[in-house]
Amino acid sequence: MAVASKLLENNFRMNRLPHIWCPGCGHGIIMRGIAEAIENLGYDKQKVCIISGIGCSSRAPGYMDFNTLHTTHGRALAFATGVKLANPDLKVIVVSGDGDATAIGGNHLIHAARRNIDITTIVFNNNIYGMTGGQYSPTTPHNDLGTTAPYGNVDNVFDICRLAEGAGATYVARGTVYHAKQLEKNIESALENKGFSLVEGVSICPTYYGRKNRKGDAAEMMINLKETTLDKKVAAKLPAEKKEGKLIIGEFVNKAQPEFCEEYHKIVDKFTKGD
Amino acid sequence: MVNKNLKLMQGNEACVEGALAAGMKFFAGYPITPSTEIAEISAQRLPRVGGKFIQMEDEIAGMAATIGGSLAGLKSMTATSGPGFSLKQENIGYAMLTEIPCVVVDVQRGGPSTGLPTAPSQSDVMQAKWGTHGDHPVIALSPSSIRETYDLTIQAFNLAEKYRTPVFLMLDEVIGHMREKIEIPDPSDIEIFNRITPDESEKSDYKAYDNSLEVPKMAAFGEGFKFHVTGLMHDEFGFPKNDPTVTEILMSRIMGKIENNLEDILLYDEYYTEDMDLLILSYGGTFRSVMSAVREAQRSGKKVGVFKAKTLWPFPEKRVKELSKKVDNIIVAEMNLGQYYYEVDRIARNNCEVSLLGKANGEPITPTEVLKKIKEVL
Repeated sequence: MAVASKLLENNFRMNRLPHIWCPGCGHGIIMRGIAEAIENLGYDKQKVCIISGIGCSSRAPGYMDFNTLHTTHGRALAFATGVKLANPDLKVIVVSGDGDATAIGGNHLIHAARRNIDITTIVFNNNIYGMTGGQYSPTTPHNDLGTTAPYGNVDNVFDICRLAEGAGATYVARGTVYHAKQLEKNIESALENKGFSLVEGVSICPTYYGRKNRKGDAAEMMINLKETTLDKKVAAKLPAEKKEGKLIIGEFVNKAQPEFCEEYHKIVDKFTKGD
Repeated sequence: MVNKNLKLMQGNEACVEGALAAGMKFFAGYPITPSTEIAEISAQRLPRVGGKFIQMEDEIAGMAATIGGSLAGLKSMTATSGPGFSLKQENIGYAMLTEIPCVVVDVQRGGPSTGLPTAPSQSDVMQAKWGTHGDHPVIALSPSSIRETYDLTIQAFNLAEKYRTPVFLMLDEVIGHMREKIEIPDPSDIEIFNRITPDESEKSDYKAYDNSLEVPKMAAFGEGFKFHVTGLMHDEFGFPKNDPTVTEILMSRIMGKIENNLEDILLYDEYYTEDMDLLILSYGGTFRSVMSAVREAQRSGKKVGVFKAKTLWPFPEKRVKELSKKVDNIIVAEMNLGQYYYEVDRIARNNCEVSLLGKANGEPITPTEVLKKIKEVL
């Protein structure tokens, strides 16, 4: 417990806790993972900036003791782009939900990835709009129920990691709140990547998604996460039929490519240095 | 002549040059006619002075990144036109409640909708006032010449920094695309206001929204203050609160910082208002036709005064009321079907008749049309 209290003291606004998330919500595990990763990497906390949009996940910055910005719905990455370009010394982290990042904020997500701007995005994916009471999101499974999908969801699902990879992200990984330690390692690697990185943290919402879709209580949903996921390395050795219906977790992209702010600064340097 | 820095310049270009003179170091936007040159010239000029330009993926992002740039400590601007201004409104409201200084240029075009992309209009006057939801203060300036565009852009930055608020610079296409020879003032003659920042001693207990001050001090991210910013109603430290008392204090301070400083904010010019039978009120590009017509009318012995609003919002209520007592008629000339007119009418209707010379067909109001209206009224 000593370690946990030190983590709290160093990274959280103690007077802002307890958080407002429902009992059994997975989001606290991802938030802890972010704090652990920052702690492990020894970043100067004055230089860390955490930015969110709107939704359950997006309340995290208020609890975390850094430069924090709670923006408009879906726009966290656009705000973050301004902050990062204006001051590239800042370590900019965006926390976002599945709806915030891929529905209303989908355009900003693909373009931040395309630019390869040095921002780490952590998507708290609980497959539902929690804060507004359980409406379906772009990651709610086909046929599942939501308050706005009372007869089953007709939409198809975004694979957030493939979306980010396709748009040009230079680090992409997926973890779950069941595999907390591995998720934390993924966040650490994402923070160390020079460029746009995205970690999808698969979370659970027992209050809305779980209850509505008869997925059981929080503990059952956690066990379900364990049973329905496969590590990428394990999956690589399995035949196709054993992978069916399984969610693959692990690191999908980790590559070095020119970063936006550095490229822009080359232009600035041309005019402001050496004459 | 020798020492004068004279340049032939377009309005949109004068806007960028004024912004640079004011200390602009960050521009984020999205291309839209007729504001595009502001982005293009910013892209060209900013890296040369160590500043940053970014073309965002849409108008919404352009506004968001502008706010982000300002929060990271740089004087920031974005530019757009009618439909883009509409898209930016939610984040403009965010900047108002979170008190983030920035300049939003709107080179107005005909609307509604995509409307008339290359035609002049002054039809975003009410959008500037009420475009975003909620109660909020607005500062909007409107120039009527190229030199005035230069000066009012500097003024827009100064007011934004001084009152920690977004400030609108409302051009119209007439001014944005017109070219005039202007004298660029010497930098030493330009007054610049930079935001008040907290000092080291305030680090441990920094109140980003200190209600004991009319305009709280503003730290930038990365300077060691680690504060929270949210678009929710918030307490003095910036943390969400939906307590009615907290909301009331915050809202009244935000409204008050503008309402209590009208003398500092209001700019207008008057011509022939000492001795007049009729007053014409206008602003922006329309003022030029008004002035031309009024000079003509003066020559034929008609006593017509002119009030030119340079600060559109807040509305120059006190002065317009005073002037309305001196005449039987006020004509409001504007390139829309009566947006500023209603505000003038609200203030002046008990003292005189108020009539509208409005036009929204994509063509500017001509001096002939103004003269005709003068003859109708006088």
